[in-house]
Amino acid sequence: MRNFVFLLVCVAVAIVVFFAARMLHNDYIFFAGYTVLQFIVLATAWNILGGYTGYVNFGSAAFFAMGAYATVFFHKLYPQPIPVLIVIGGIVSGIVGFGMGYLTLRLRGAFFAIATLALAVVLQTFVVNWDYVGGSRGAYIIRPNENALVGPYIQYLFVLMLALVVIALVCARVIERSQLGYGFATIRDDELAAEACGVPTLRLKLIATTLSGALMGMAGAPFPYYIGYLQPSSAFGLEYAVNSIAMPMIGGTTSWVGPLIGAILLGSLQQIATVTISSAVNLLIVGLLLIAFVIVAPNGIVGLVQDTLRPRAK
Amino acid sequence: MLRKASSLGSAWGECVGLSFDLLINALIAGILLGGFYTAVTIGVSISFGILDIVNIAHPAFIILGSYIAYIININFGVDPIVISIVMLPAFYLLGAGIYQIYYEAFERRGQESLRGLSFFFGLLFVTEVTLILVFGVDYRYVEASYIGPSWRIGVMDFPLRMLVPCVAALALFVALQLFLSRTFIGRAISAVAQDQLALRLMAASPTRIKRIAFGISIATTAVAGALLIIIQPVEPSVGREYIGRVFAICVFGGLGSLPGTVIGAMLIGIVESFTATFYGPSWAPAVAFGVLLLTLAFRPAGLLGR
Repeated sequence: MRNFVFLLVCVAVAIVVFFAARMLHNDYIFFAGYTVLQFIVLATAWNILGGYTGYVNFGSAAFFAMGAYATVFFHKLYPQPIPVLIVIGGIVSGIVGFGMGYLTLRLRGAFFAIATLALAVVLQTFVVNWDYVGGSRGAYIIRPNENALVGPYIQYLFVLMLALVVIALVCARVIERSQLGYGFATIRDDELAAEACGVPTLRLKLIATTLSGALMGMAGAPFPYYIGYLQPSSAFGLEYAVNSIAMPMIGGTTSWVGPLIGAILLGSLQQIATVTISSAVNLLIVGLLLIAFVIVAPNGIVGLVQDTLRPRAK
Repeated sequence: MLRKASSLGSAWGECVGLSFDLLINALIAGILLGGFYTAVTIGVSISFGILDIVNIAHPAFIILGSYIAYIININFGVDPIVISIVMLPAFYLLGAGIYQIYYEAFERRGQESLRGLSFFFGLLFVTEVTLILVFGVDYRYVEASYIGPSWRIGVMDFPLRMLVPCVAALALFVALQLFLSRTFIGRAISAVAQDQLALRLMAASPTRIKRIAFGISIATTAVAGALLIIIQPVEPSVGREYIGRVFAICVFGGLGSLPGTVIGAMLIGIVESFTATFYGPSWAPAVAFGVLLLTLAFRPAGLLGR
């Protein structure tokens, strides 16, 4: 019941955000906002695996790009509406996440992290060599100008991303408060003890990997329509990997609020820095913030806020 | 011999002769490449294999080593390998410093898995972006007398550009192997992996030993970086290709075993070279990943693993 209320609140906030953005009569808001929303989905997805179970995924870019390339593939094969493509992208990335997890999660945690790093390189190699989806030259996706329901196409993409944000946040919160979430937390705290107590750790980890991968793929699926011209180096960009780690780490990894705060803060900061300084400098800022936060504030902004509130409550 | 056979006029003979040359040269290229991969991986064998520190920023330090070799080589004309040997103490100190931060912030608090990994990922990223900001994304290269010429023995081709790094890398391996097996500190480093308490009872501080070992691991990147820029022109994001490769070699060879690392590096070098020759160079990066997944699925201990 509380989850249902949470869903309603999320939908209401999303509707308010959309109409507020529309009031500004500026398409740039939608372009910039889309990127921020996309990072909210990625950060939340990353956190379901990284924050809840403690397994680090460095291959967010790979899962994201898989969603994007699934779109390119089906766009060429037989054009379909984007919501269908989002589902397909989610299924493809989810399956890859499951396969990767099955091969590496039975071993020590570090192997999974390394394998995800390598996965990005290998998938990029495949895409570069696959002419059907454009190879190293990249692929053009011509997007329509208008959508019958929403109006300008960028607003339509924005609405879709908002919907994905709602789905991701609801997923994260439902998991957090469920038996599944407690299972994840036991893995994070002490996997050996959890195993000894009869927690089916491998199955839980596979659920987390699949779900997290699927959400990342869903975030990537509308991307070709947003960017218009998809290149392997832009889809597999390291900034997706680093941002989807940095945002939850800076926001706080233990609850769904952390990635949301981190993504909104860092995402908007980067949009501003890209316009005012340069895109290389803003990536440097993200990297430095990530290092600073993991050393100084291990529980992120949420942790800092809790620490300042707690003494007052006593 | 095979060339003579083809003089009979058979196109098939010509074909075999050619592919025999191709085969033997692909094999040589693979072995030389594998030698170089030894230098790239040996530091990870120490940090990940022995100390259990997942330093995914290792390739970033290699690129840093490449750029230092590049700056000094272009300005003063010093040989890149000589530069790397001079730079060893500086890289050692860098490594020792990073370990100190890592220890204070993560290892002591027992948070190395999630936050420690993110820390190294951040280091990797910051190093790469800083190099891009300073040097741009142009490819840089060094000049040395052995870049260009090659020795020919029969149909076999030994480009010095590959042979010199291979020999230097094997020398590095021999030196490290002797250090680890013959000196007190070297043996203490091996002991850290097995039993830290016992080490403490022997009046050796595990933290100090690990700091030294991590310093050595980073010091090897100075050499690996110089060798890399001898072999190929370097730009800041080249390091990314090596992340999967070094860990694949390290796991494939067997964690913590330096001889295993050499064998693993050679085998992966050979397979990559054959892949590049017969399927095209753009497929080579996928080899290491395939090997990594197969190793993890079938023999997680690696070739010479404990």
